[in-house]
Amino acid sequence: MMNELQVITPEMTLAGLGCLVLLVDVFKREESNLTFWTASLSLVVVCLLVVVWRPDQPVYVFGSTFKLDQVSSLLKIFILITGLGAFFYANYYFEKFNLKQSEFYSLAIFSILGMLVLASAHSLLTVYLGLELLSLSLYAMVAMDRDSKFAAEAAMKYFVLGALASGILLYGISMLYGAAGTLDLIELKTQGMAKDSDLLLVFGLVFVLVGIGFKLGVVPFHMWIPDVYEGSRTPVTLFLSSAPKIAAYAMALRVLGEGLVGLSAEWSQMLTFMAVLSMGVGNIAAIAQSNFKRMLAYSTIAHMGFLLLGFIATSPGGYAASMFYVVVYSIMGMGAFAALLLVVSPNNSDEKITRFKGLSLTNPAASLMFLILMLSLAGIPPFAGFWAKWFVLKELVASGMLWLAVIAVIFSLIGAYYYLRIIKYMYFDSDDGANSSICWSRSVGTVFTVNAVAILFLGFFPGILMSECLKAVLSSIV
Amino acid sequence: MSFEVIVFYLFAGLTLTSAFLVIVVRNPVHAALSLILCFFSSAGLWLLLEAEFLAIVLVLVYVGAVMVLFMFVVMMLDINLAEIRKGFLKYLALALVVVAPMILIIGTVASSSYFDMPRYSAAVKQVAGHNNTYEIGKELFTKYVWPFEIAAVILLVAIVAAIALTLRTTRQLKNPNVEQQLSVERDKRIRLVDMGAE
Repeated sequence: MMNELQVITPEMTLAGLGCLVLLVDVFKREESNLTFWTASLSLVVVCLLVVVWRPDQPVYVFGSTFKLDQVSSLLKIFILITGLGAFFYANYYFEKFNLKQSEFYSLAIFSILGMLVLASAHSLLTVYLGLELLSLSLYAMVAMDRDSKFAAEAAMKYFVLGALASGILLYGISMLYGAAGTLDLIELKTQGMAKDSDLLLVFGLVFVLVGIGFKLGVVPFHMWIPDVYEGSRTPVTLFLSSAPKIAAYAMALRVLGEGLVGLSAEWSQMLTFMAVLSMGVGNIAAIAQSNFKRMLAYSTIAHMGFLLLGFIATSPGGYAASMFYVVVYSIMGMGAFAALLLVVSPNNSDEKITRFKGLSLTNPAASLMFLILMLSLAGIPPFAGFWAKWFVLKELVASGMLWLAVIAVIFSLIGAYYYLRIIKYMYFDSDDGANSSICWSRSVGTVFTVNAVAILFLGFFPGILMSECLKAVLSSIV
Repeated sequence: MSFEVIVFYLFAGLTLTSAFLVIVVRNPVHAALSLILCFFSSAGLWLLLEAEFLAIVLVLVYVGAVMVLFMFVVMMLDINLAEIRKGFLKYLALALVVVAPMILIIGTVASSSYFDMPRYSAAVKQVAGHNNTYEIGKELFTKYVWPFEIAAVILLVAIVAAIALTLRTTRQLKNPNVEQQLSVERDKRIRLVDMGAE
């Protein structure tokens, strides 16, 4: 039996190191890069701690408000890895634009702490607090670009809508508490099983689903995504679109798959509606976008809709498929935003999709990596994005929802268009002089290459990650 | 009717009346004052439930701190009442269309058997000398210590974010730059002025 404090060592370490990053930032020399290195090292240390303390059996501590199991460990590892990648890209961007954005790292660390809390939440109380910690840091990070009107608008929209969604979520949680008399997810599950048609529980569930839908950014709670993604600085968008998605998945899994599994008949109906709309709106609206960030924002909406399909299957295999999907998506999404971050420069910060015209001529290596990421996002074999879709569809068909799988495939086909268009710009169009000055440092080049090669690797060996996901779900979600 | 019930109805009536006043009075300052009264009477209700800690915190935090700030803001803003009332009738129809289904739906759920009195057991009377604050403290630092600490980190983030977003000046470090100090030359510090003899 592990000591209670030992179980939360990774979180405690991260909180302490977050404070250290704050202090380092105050006392370091103006021009040094110490904040970035401390922050990155913190994530590495915490990631190692999570790996070392991977349990075989679920461990409940602190009045079972905290649950350490294989699902949480696996999700935490990927949250930390994507966070680390985002730090490297952010450092490159801040250096290139000569910005002093040191609070970025400390806020991002606290946001990651919120994600870790969410990944191991085992009470609606910790779900809510983890979510608030995560979102509050993100609001500030979006607003950090103070001189930009777009960023102010984005931050305002994100904050107001996010606060509204939090309020609605909290109202739903209060209803669930009123109906079940408990915040503990396991007790909630037994209560939900006992009286499966309790109207009050369903009433609470609807509001909780709104909160989850907002965090994942699925239609009809997606309005904030394009504006926030476009308005915030590229490294913030990059961070926003990677690790928090894993945390949102964790939240959905904890609340729906664990706590309210007795109401799966109700929530899978609502999720079907949300998933189909997201895939439709996301994929079709993305075609019309001329801004690269906006296009990826709609692509995120479509991908999150696809992710929900795994939940609709309501089987351990379905949850595992969604988990695979979210991990692969966060790595791909990070890489796609990183591609934009590589081409923009202080002289030309144009973020149009036509920016990638003729990139293969000026920077063949970068465009090859970008090609891998785009093909993977489009879901073309043998890249990881294909397998992510494949596993979800397989579970969907296995649970007898063939029509939903067909709709998903049709929308994915529509979606492939706008990813392939970028590839066309890169390889078949000539450069109109915009990209002549692309330079990338060796360090960020390495990170970008690792990012793309990871997708390639997962594409050739999807079984490694998938079997881990399945093992984790089977051992944790009973 | 026991004394306790009379006190309950007194406070409950006061809470409802003041809450109603918050939304109907014309003057925003009066609305804020009514809200303070509402908090006070809610604190009275907490006291009746033997939750003295919550009652005192409600008065200290909400009445003492939050509402005072609120009053400051309300008094500083020059709120034009005519401006607010403009277009009331124009938007009334739309508002009713939105609000009516909501009232209907929430009413259906809230008035159903799920909120019946028998579902909830009456609060247990504690013996004299029972310390509510002690109990809350014990729960907070044992069973709920993890959520409690997370809440603390949220507050830290709020401070960091507020400072990061409002600090406008470029940061100036107070520690001396030794290299710069050592490389100072005589010419940079002293200016010899030839005055000429008179």
